[in-house]
Amino acid sequence: MNTIFSSTPFILLLVLGSYLAGCKLQQKKHIAIFHPLLVAMVLIIGLLTLLDIDYDTFCAGSSFISFLLGPSVVALGYALYEQIEQIRGKEIPVLTAVFAGGIVGIVSVIAICRIMGVDEAITSSLQPKSVTIPIAISLSEHSHGIPSLTAVIVFGCGLLGGIIGPAVLDRCHVNSRVARGLALGSAAHGLGTARAIELGAVEGAISGLAIGLMGVITSLLIPLCESIMR
Amino acid sequence: MIKGFCYIMLFYVLGEMVSLLIGKLIPGSVCGMILLFLALTLRWIRPRDVDKAASALTRNMALFFVPASIGLMHEYKILMSNWVVLLTVSVVTTLLVIVVVGLTEEHLDRKLSRRKGGVEQ
Repeated sequence: MNTIFSSTPFILLLVLGSYLAGCKLQQKKHIAIFHPLLVAMVLIIGLLTLLDIDYDTFCAGSSFISFLLGPSVVALGYALYEQIEQIRGKEIPVLTAVFAGGIVGIVSVIAICRIMGVDEAITSSLQPKSVTIPIAISLSEHSHGIPSLTAVIVFGCGLLGGIIGPAVLDRCHVNSRVARGLALGSAAHGLGTARAIELGAVEGAISGLAIGLMGVITSLLIPLCESIMR
Repeated sequence: MIKGFCYIMLFYVLGEMVSLLIGKLIPGSVCGMILLFLALTLRWIRPRDVDKAASALTRNMALFFVPASIGLMHEYKILMSNWVVLLTVSVVTTLLVIVVVGLTEEHLDRKLSRRKGGVEQ
């Protein structure tokens, strides 16, 4: 039986099945915490422990799915192309704002990590924390961070940004729909966009664009900030 | 659809090449994303050549990072022993990014449209 549990088809079934269960649960209960990613994580870690499958076997079996992360990041280029239309005539304010947000995000992560004195690996894992998870994982891996830690933190930041974002923007008197959508997408990626869509169609569309822009700008800024601050 | 996947792999490979050329500063997949965006904007390739494959990949993207997240099984000790830093960074920087992006966009947008309005009058 052990050979079955360690086989690639079983591990692929485990990943797909757990993810599907997560999707079903989210359809039934519209609560952000029941995200397919979190549900799948809990189910898979539970089953791996229960069936005594070690982590390396799991990695080997699921490498087919992990590989698709790369092409899906490339495919985001198409999503960005589709959404860029939204900001015709507002290119300068939008790009400057995301750029400023990107710098503030990375510099504040490096600064807090320095002050509190943590490992370089943790700093590298946290730098891309405002970026959509697939890009964040690639960036974290690339700068020798811990991809799984990045995934969890990015998810947490998205959840937080989606929940408190609109109230924070109210308090700062940010009223324009473009600015609000952009802020939510830049700080809280997909989870921010989910909230932005609830606020309105303009907010939702701009927020979707902000995810791609923040991804590109952060990727360019991380090596720059690293070389200046180190 | 196959044509679309072919293009996406092509841009992935080109992205890896650019990544190597710039000393691996940026991951190849991100370079590929930027190149695909540029190729579409500059009309080197048609959107309908890649739309189906790209949508198929991006629609269920969360699935592809499930395996990477399972690594937490091994790394949860790091999460436990550094929770104060992790929580501080998450809360402080998320708030900062929201405020900075929101205020900058609104401020600049107002300033620029006022200036444009002035010229037209």
